[in-house]
Amino acid sequence: MIWAVLQFPGSCDERDALHACEVHGDGARLIWHESRDLDGVDGVVVPGGFSYGDYLRAGAIARFSPAMEAVAEAAEAGAPVIGICNGFQVLCEAGLLPGALLRNAELRFRCHQVELIEEGTGERLSIPAKHGEGRYYAPEEMLDRLEANGQIAYRYADGHNSNGSVRDIAGVTNERGNVLGLMPHPEHAVDPLTGSTDGLRVFDRVGRVAA
Amino acid sequence: MTVETPKYRELGLTDSEYELIVEKLGREPNDVELAMFSLLWSEHCAYKHSRKLLGRLPTEGERVVMGPGENAGAVDVGGGYAVAFKVESHNHPSAVEPFQGAATGVGGILRDVFAIGARPIAILDSLRFGELDSVRSRHLLDGAVRGIGHYGNSIGVATVGGEIYFEEPYEHNCLVNAMCIGFAKTKDMVRAAAAGVGNSVVLMGASTGRDGIGGASVLASAELGEGDEAKRPTVQIGDPFEESKVLECCLELLEKGLLVSLQDLGAAGLTSSAGEMASAGGVGIDIDVAKVPLREADMEPFEIMVSESQERMLAVVEPERVAEVRAICEKWQTGSAEIGEVTGNGLVRILRDGATVGEMPVEALVDGCPLYDLDPAEPEGWIYGNRATLSEGATAAEELLALLAAPSIASKRWAFEQYDSIVGSRTVRRPEQAEAAVLQLPESGNAIAVSIDGNGRRVAADPYAGTIEAVLECAQNLACVGAEPLGLTNCLNFGNPEKPTGAWQLDRAVSGLADACNALGVPVVGGNVSLYNEGPDGPIYPTPVVAMVGELPDASKVGGNGFAREGDAIGLIGPFEPNLAGSELAKQRGELKMGLPQPDVAAVAAACEVVRDAVRAGKLSSAHDVSDGGLACAAAESTIAGALGCQINLEPLRERGCSPEEALFGEGAGGFLVSGDRATLEDLGAALLGEVAGEAIEIAAGDRSLSVPLADAERAWRSLNLA
Repeated sequence: MIWAVLQFPGSCDERDALHACEVHGDGARLIWHESRDLDGVDGVVVPGGFSYGDYLRAGAIARFSPAMEAVAEAAEAGAPVIGICNGFQVLCEAGLLPGALLRNAELRFRCHQVELIEEGTGERLSIPAKHGEGRYYAPEEMLDRLEANGQIAYRYADGHNSNGSVRDIAGVTNERGNVLGLMPHPEHAVDPLTGSTDGLRVFDRVGRVAA
Repeated sequence: MTVETPKYRELGLTDSEYELIVEKLGREPNDVELAMFSLLWSEHCAYKHSRKLLGRLPTEGERVVMGPGENAGAVDVGGGYAVAFKVESHNHPSAVEPFQGAATGVGGILRDVFAIGARPIAILDSLRFGELDSVRSRHLLDGAVRGIGHYGNSIGVATVGGEIYFEEPYEHNCLVNAMCIGFAKTKDMVRAAAAGVGNSVVLMGASTGRDGIGGASVLASAELGEGDEAKRPTVQIGDPFEESKVLECCLELLEKGLLVSLQDLGAAGLTSSAGEMASAGGVGIDIDVAKVPLREADMEPFEIMVSESQERMLAVVEPERVAEVRAICEKWQTGSAEIGEVTGNGLVRILRDGATVGEMPVEALVDGCPLYDLDPAEPEGWIYGNRATLSEGATAAEELLALLAAPSIASKRWAFEQYDSIVGSRTVRRPEQAEAAVLQLPESGNAIAVSIDGNGRRVAADPYAGTIEAVLECAQNLACVGAEPLGLTNCLNFGNPEKPTGAWQLDRAVSGLADACNALGVPVVGGNVSLYNEGPDGPIYPTPVVAMVGELPDASKVGGNGFAREGDAIGLIGPFEPNLAGSELAKQRGELKMGLPQPDVAAVAAACEVVRDAVRAGKLSSAHDVSDGGLACAAAESTIAGALGCQINLEPLRERGCSPEEALFGEGAGGFLVSGDRATLEDLGAALLGEVAGEAIEIAAGDRSLSVPLADAERAWRSLNLA
């Protein structure tokens, strides 16, 4: 499987995502935000960072980029798409995922290792999180619908929901399941030397659903 | 009749300096020239009170790729790669406006590193504030931490370590020292010297506004006093997004070999970058201010030349490559303008639409500032205050908890969790997981470790010994992760060098730095000096912040600082002879005074080697440098980090002549608290102190024996939180 990793001005984790994709799949390439051509890849990662500086609302400008038009088409065609952190915010802004991400409840950026529970399997993952605007929010009836549809992908384990996300939600998918967004950073958990390899299981999950 | 203060004095120049400028020019300087001279002849740019002392420092070594004088120092890490690093102060701007002051401090140090063609891979910071019970200090701490996080997180460079101390003398003059580490292919690195008469001078990045005008002379080279709010317009505003684009743009330009040289615009803006590039290259430079992209149309030439607007870089480019350079700037959506050219006349000429508005010999402007000898005199005694905060009848257990809860010793998790410490996928040890930050370098197949240290209180007690201790603490921290020192940089934060005590502190500290580096064989590859750090109540503690970079062959061998295995033996390695002088306990008892024992550098170096080799061979379960709060605090920290208790007997220290109190809480260089197999520790020559066991910190120390439950210790140690 070949991955594309989008690169916006202000992206921070695109090289980490590229590396993670190389570890997980058969290769990866960076796609510049002005390109509408995803170069025939199998899946897309919208990486973390502060696209276009995020001085407006996180992800609000990136969603209008040419590359995001290509991502929307790929998602529509059923290709796996992962939005991580800022990428999750971009996918929500673009309407490819439900809900929104608000400022952390404690109003501070926080970088720490968190534990996630994969919905369905109950698998526990240790993955770092680092964000200032990661409090997942959606209206109650939408949340009920997401739960009924199986669109909740990951929840924070007990004691790990430090940003105040509603119903402990850390990651959600679209209805079809091929588009996943999550705040914690699986691309930073692919090497035992830097902490854990649990992030690879997130890539696996998307590949599995899309396959 | 009113006597007007001459303009040059308002700009910080003395009468004799002004006379010298007139002599060198052969005439009175005009306003543009005066503004430029006042900045380049400021302490901040000319190092006029410190340069003579800095000549004592050893700067050469086999692994040195770039030394002092470049935008950053760099050392060879093998495989054709180099690691660049530099630390710089942004003290006075942070005292006036902590968020932007600290943020732009980070922005500035990042530019220094990518200016030599290295990709920034890590940030560390060394911060000093007044005591946390002061509202001002809490405000400054909160703002500085947010500012560092804002800039570093947004630009995607990991903040991997640092230190924070809280002491009364920093109340009005906090210290914000930021360090950046960069990684480069040695062949792609570039120097700052302008070259090639006829080459174009291209200004890249943000446009130029009125922010930060006069920052170097007004803020950085004078004491802080009342009414500093009026100086707020001299603090620059940072834009990490702009910098991230400029950074990527510059690295792409360098990788494609399109630049002759590159320099960042920091203090004194275009004036210093153009002047220093010309000076380093032995050439002249013409700048046409009408070609500089401006934020406000009506800026005067002198304002354009001295503006400290952030996120700007100056490059020398061969004329036929300018179009290509500008196209890459456009790709990265950042500005570029051809604003001048390199000349052969040895002059810095400022033009406006082709007409000359200022003309000065490079030599006079950049290198003509007189260098002063200091007039040092040792103070009669302790010139700083004493404030007892510990009740007199406190038990040893109460003392341990008070020390662990002291903000300078307590966990800084509250602060460092506000920083992205992992972006870049190099961070093998995150903050507080080990004694030094460890970063893997898959490209060169090894790893580096970085430590930054400097205990101002101890330096105040003895500037010579205290500075040696700062160097040794860095070396010890590196040893704890198995790293061998490659190079050192520093930021000398001191008070007014024109006062005898300030001069004495600076003089003795530089000698200590030189002697320690010589004895360890570690070259000084760069540095920064911040003087005039004084408030209405007097000078700061003299604070040499020392940062050391070391190399380790295999990052997978690095352990942590926490006890790791029940039943492990605990031992002490090194020539540690703890003493209460200058210690955290002496501070809390209000018993600070002059004097520290003199460290035995050679013996500490030998102990570092023992620990380093043992860590590299994977022989130790944990390694912790003994520093603030002494052995008892080191043991508590290893206990908390490993969630395993310890049972220790300090008899071996009593045999070295220490009192129970000194053995528990005394400080000094040369101690490593390690854990591992008993036989291994014996082989290493460790003094055996006890074992990893139980759920408490139990320390037998004669009539000062103590037992503190792990949970209580952890609660005290985790008490630093501004929420």
